[in-house]
Amino acid sequence: MAAEKRVRFPPGWLPYALVAPQLAITLVFFIWPASQALWQSLLVQDAFGVNVQFVGLLNFRELFADRLYLESFRVTALFSVLVGGGALAMSLVLAACCDYLVRGAKAYQTLLIWPYAVAPAIAAVVWAFIFNPSIGLVTYVLQTWFGYEWNHMLNPAQAMTLIVVASAWRQVSYNFLFFLAGMQAIPKSLLEGAAMDGAGPIKRFATITLPLLSPTMFFLLVVNIVYAFFDTFGVVDASTHGGPVRATEILVYKVYHDGFEAGDLGGSAAQSVVLMAIVVALTVLQFRYIERRVQYG
Amino acid sequence: MIEHRPGLRIFCHAMLLLGVATVALPIWITFVASTETAERMLQVPIPLVPGSHLLDNYYTVLFKGVEGASTAPVSRMMLNSLVMALAISIGKIAISLLSAFAIVYFRFPLRMFFFWLIFITLMLPVEVRIFPTYKVVSDLNMIDTYAGLTLPLIASATATFLFRQFFMTVPDELTEAARMDGAGPLRFFWDVVVPLSRTNMAALFVILFIYGWNQYLWPLLVTTQENMYTTVIGIKRMIPGGDASVDWNLVMAAAMLAMLPPALVVLLMQEWFVKGLVETEK
Repeated sequence: MAAEKRVRFPPGWLPYALVAPQLAITLVFFIWPASQALWQSLLVQDAFGVNVQFVGLLNFRELFADRLYLESFRVTALFSVLVGGGALAMSLVLAACCDYLVRGAKAYQTLLIWPYAVAPAIAAVVWAFIFNPSIGLVTYVLQTWFGYEWNHMLNPAQAMTLIVVASAWRQVSYNFLFFLAGMQAIPKSLLEGAAMDGAGPIKRFATITLPLLSPTMFFLLVVNIVYAFFDTFGVVDASTHGGPVRATEILVYKVYHDGFEAGDLGGSAAQSVVLMAIVVALTVLQFRYIERRVQYG
Repeated sequence: MIEHRPGLRIFCHAMLLLGVATVALPIWITFVASTETAERMLQVPIPLVPGSHLLDNYYTVLFKGVEGASTAPVSRMMLNSLVMALAISIGKIAISLLSAFAIVYFRFPLRMFFFWLIFITLMLPVEVRIFPTYKVVSDLNMIDTYAGLTLPLIASATATFLFRQFFMTVPDELTEAARMDGAGPLRFFWDVVVPLSRTNMAALFVILFIYGWNQYLWPLLVTTQENMYTTVIGIKRMIPGGDASVDWNLVMAAAMLAMLPPALVVLLMQEWFVKGLVETEK
């Protein structure tokens, strides 16, 4: 924020007109609704909106006393750790391999990045088809070759596996691009020097590449958590609907479900506020990291 | 590159091929399913090589719709998705370009206040403000309209930041020269800033087009009429609870069609895609 332009145009009405469109949309569709959510989280109203009562923090107290809500928190935490961990580990291996093979790297990149273009909900539909309990290919293979029964409509752990696979599948291509870019930015002289000192590829990777990648890794970790928290609504809604027995009811799905299908507006607003707090925390984390990176270069 | 280790090279190729296979297998199965008859898709194991009903199936989903699924033909839904993706990407780029220009090239009261207001939108994804936003849109009678579908997603802190950062790198000499030649701010904007920003715009366009095309929660709430469904929503509506009466061949044909435009954008504009992705996340 420190840098400023030296040469400017004389102010007048023009700058206001230029920011007006963005500002209008921001106020009407972002700031106003968000403040409404904050306000509603302090109210209790019946399903028709006739009876409204100010209750202070009661909604929040009820929320955190609600076993189902805490369970949804646990599910979301597990889900984001699995999606983030899985997608990061897979993409790191792929990027390291791609970086090692100088020739052909570009072709592999092209073949690996396009799942990013697939909507999470479509990815979920496709994976749910592959794991379909009656006709899915993987289900068939698991049953005939390994004697393992797959039915994610009944088995909570299998349902979780399904949404993790569908969500991570798309995120691998995203992480891959960032890891590859990070690895290609590492000076070759460092690696060559280490090689001359007798360090093999694995040792070089562990002692040079990985430490130098740690800022990228941290950044991707935050991005992947944000993705798992907020962008996976479509995955759940298009495959498991939060079931079986709420095993895949992540927070974002619960907000939607409680508000739109169960009609509990105050409780749902309180959940929105909790989610907002999580986004704010993650954003601050991300920006602090950027500041650090700028300082230490 | 450094030493000769054929074993490691083979391992790397094997891992990458495995990765490519993991990425491609679901799409291959989807494609094969989209070329079969509905009856064939109910027999286990499902086929692994394409059948002969490719044209039939795609013709049916594109122009007739899926029977019993109460959705419009996919061509109509693809049109909706296209309008949504274009409106979001072009709208975001346009309003961010304007506001970033104002914030960088003018000093006026409330400038930083506006900047922070825009910044806050970064922390308010649709998911955390769904009900109040839905209420605003329905109060404005914008349910089932393109405006309701797109406007609440258009404000963009990320794009504003990106343009702001880029404008800071534009040499002041250009501005001085323009002012000496008597060019006003709008002239300078149109003749200097916009042409210089083309690469950034292209990169942002790719990312935002994919973002817009793949939206899920918002169109799910705002579209209630079949002819306003986007492709992603339509496919979800084709799969009722349970799997009793799903025409998988048609659903998978629709899924292929839903993936095609954003995948093409990524592959054809790969350079910009990579640039856009890396830059917007800085």
